[in-house]
Amino acid sequence: MRENGVAGNGAGDSAYVRFEDVQKSYDGETLVIKNLNLAIRRGEFLTMLGPSGSGKTTCLMMLAGFESTTHGAIWLHEQRIDNVPPHKRGIGMVFQNYALFPHMTVSENLAFPLKVRGMGKAEIEERVARVLAMVELPQFGDRRPSQLSGGQQQRVAVARALVFEPDLVLMDEPLGALDKQLREQMQFEIKHIHQNLGVTVVYVTHDQSEALTMSDRVAVFNDGIIQQLSTPDVLYEAPENAFVAQFIGENNRLYGEVLQRVGDGEVRVKLDSGEEIRALPVNVDGAADRTTLSLRPERVQINPAEGSLPNVLRGKVEEVIYLGDHIRTRLAVAGHDDFIVKIPNASGHPSLKEGETADLGWTIEDCRALDA
Amino acid sequence: MADVTAPGFVPEARQETLTTADGTPLKVSLRRSQRRQRRRAFYLVAPLLFFLLITFGWPIAQMTFRSIYNPEVANYLPETSAAIANWTADEVPGEEVFAAMARDMQLGLEDRTIGRAAARINREIPGARSLVMGTARDLDEMQAPYREAFLQADEDWADLEFWRLIKRETRILTPAYYLLALDFEYNAEGEIVERPEVYQVYRLLFWRTAWMSLAITGLCIALGYPIAHLLATLPLRTSNLLMILVLLPFWTSLLVRTSAWIVLLQQEGVINDLLVWSNIVDDDGRVRMIYNQIGTIVAMTHILLPFMILPLYSVMKTIPPSYMRAARSLGATQFTAFTKVYMPLTLPGLAAGVLLVFILAIGYYITPALVGGESGIFISNLIAQNMQGTSAQLKLASALATILLVAVLVLYWAFNKLIGVDRLKFG
Ligand SMILES: Nc1ncnc2c1ncn2[C@@H]1O[C@H](COP(=O)(O)OP(=O)(O)OP(=O)(O)O)[C@@H](O)[C@H]1O
Ligand SMILES: [Mg+2]
Repeated sequence: MRENGVAGNGAGDSAYVRFEDVQKSYDGETLVIKNLNLAIRRGEFLTMLGPSGSGKTTCLMMLAGFESTTHGAIWLHEQRIDNVPPHKRGIGMVFQNYALFPHMTVSENLAFPLKVRGMGKAEIEERVARVLAMVELPQFGDRRPSQLSGGQQQRVAVARALVFEPDLVLMDEPLGALDKQLREQMQFEIKHIHQNLGVTVVYVTHDQSEALTMSDRVAVFNDGIIQQLSTPDVLYEAPENAFVAQFIGENNRLYGEVLQRVGDGEVRVKLDSGEEIRALPVNVDGAADRTTLSLRPERVQINPAEGSLPNVLRGKVEEVIYLGDHIRTRLAVAGHDDFIVKIPNASGHPSLKEGETADLGWTIEDCRALDA
Repeated sequence: MADVTAPGFVPEARQETLTTADGTPLKVSLRRSQRRQRRRAFYLVAPLLFFLLITFGWPIAQMTFRSIYNPEVANYLPETSAAIANWTADEVPGEEVFAAMARDMQLGLEDRTIGRAAARINREIPGARSLVMGTARDLDEMQAPYREAFLQADEDWADLEFWRLIKRETRILTPAYYLLALDFEYNAEGEIVERPEVYQVYRLLFWRTAWMSLAITGLCIALGYPIAHLLATLPLRTSNLLMILVLLPFWTSLLVRTSAWIVLLQQEGVINDLLVWSNIVDDDGRVRMIYNQIGTIVAMTHILLPFMILPLYSVMKTIPPSYMRAARSLGATQFTAFTKVYMPLTLPGLAAGVLLVFILAIGYYITPALVGGESGIFISNLIAQNMQGTSAQLKLASALATILLVAVLVLYWAFNKLIGVDRLKFG
């Protein structure tokens, strides 16, 4: 159970949403959420990222009030909301399939939250028009949701979650059904809206690039536990465990056993294939510990100058894939044939051919010794 | 097609008729390519279509025709029918009518059809048979002018009502049975008037059939809607079990079910025993719950309930729970979310259920006959009674049935206007 980086983050008075020791079980046999502690700041864009079944939707549903917590408490704005019914929480929500009411027009969909709040007709009309303009669909008010494209439906869903001006908006994989290009555009638009309105957004996705581009902070979920909660750059550059390193971005893994720690900043690891590597200790204790070494493909240098890098292994090129801006090269290194190196497609970088051998080198800091 | 994909193609020619590569209009060639498919489809349904035509279309057409077909007078008194056409109906007809009547009688005596004509007239004017038959028997001894001879033989021949009837009944198609079916009739002057109140029964029964069917439909909604919702939201295993319970009435014989209700509801029955036992009523105050309208409504609601539940269920099954959740998250109470979001989405199923149950109910026959007693029978029961009677009653039954059929069609039409039958989901 990892609580590092969670308890300290944003806890205290600045927390707008707070999960406190929350546990959830649907069947009384397995915990879907295991002791969740999470503090979200006002105005923050926080993304829950994780593989399918890791409990992201469950978290969101507990926050929205559609699932009860089995244990623990959820605080919203210093008020405990476990027993507040969903319609009184004032939380906007965008569902994965949008959940636009098919029997209402776009305008009626948008007016719905205002009508149930007893707002006057004129004000409803004005607000609906404004929010339609915001999502750039001003002339679509009279259409039915089924007469809109996927991207347009998505915008209406976002507009509907925002039209009653909630302070907190939850989005459960809102872009999952869109194609890549549209998804990128919508990411930008949602981010833009977030910045303009200053709402707090809790966003769920299992697309890591989406999480990295949009979020202030990302909570990486696995197996009902937050594995790491950090800003995108920290998440990418300094993953705290093997799961995060593997899940965020591409990652070369080498397995071995810790030989000894050298001070605070270095550990010597003997790979299973026999070579010795100097790495940065992140998540290892001491000698004889099993460890996974994590190394980003773009941090590997080909045929470095003799003695310039502490770690050098020899590899044989298995496959070369041309990707335009870079060349993806797969090599067999230290008994694994899935070692990836990204070579920029620019002058000054060597080009490798299939069957060649090359020296691969990297620094201590780029090679993180994580849990096994 | 080639020029469509060619790089030079500019999509400007939208307004003009589109053509395929060889110049045939697109619509024509589309229709041509679909013709084979349509023919195949027709062959597939042809046997059923044929079967339906013979067993459904033809009998209904026959029934409708019979309800207005009135050939007796025109066929058995052809000359009289022709002669009376010019009669002005304000005095006793002239010699030519009487002479025609005499010739018709002569012929009728020979091929023994005069009796049928007399019986037909007698149905409208009691005593007319003896008048006709009596004169016919003595026809041999009479000679022209027949007017005097007839009047001498029986002064009833001067009865204008008799002649008016003959004149009216010479029409081969008559609305008389429809009038009767709606409790109207022709009076002596040939005007359409309401029947005497004691004979009025059909309008009351149409009315009763309608409101009781409505009540049954309402009960089916009240009972079926929650069950259908439960069925659609429960986990599959439980909902399957529940579904079997819902379908159980379908799998039990109608008679078994109905007699079960008799056992339960009769005055010496289970429910009354329980009421007496728990001192809610005393032994003399046993409630009459069967052989009246209550019996019909209870038993028919039970029987028709699945027809409400199944279409509702099939629609509710397709409504994702996220709609209700969305409504709630947008600030709607459970109740508002239900009435504004869930209910409207179930409308296609609800409407289908209403249509099915109501139409089945207004034509129902067996259950009202078994448990309806006097006050709980439907119009169908009277149709059935009349079908066993004379040929005139059979025609009345046909008229009643046709009215019922038209009522159903009108209902369907109105429903279509209101909701759109293509939007309904029957299952
Ligand atoms: N209503 C439910 N009843 C029982 N188990 C459930 C229910 N909803 C979710 N689960 C289980 O809880 C776990 C977490 O589910 P959840 O929907 O939160 O995952 P997720 O992270 O949102 O996954 P995805 O990315 O696929 O949406 C899963 O193992 C799932 O099977
Ligand atoms: Mg999910």
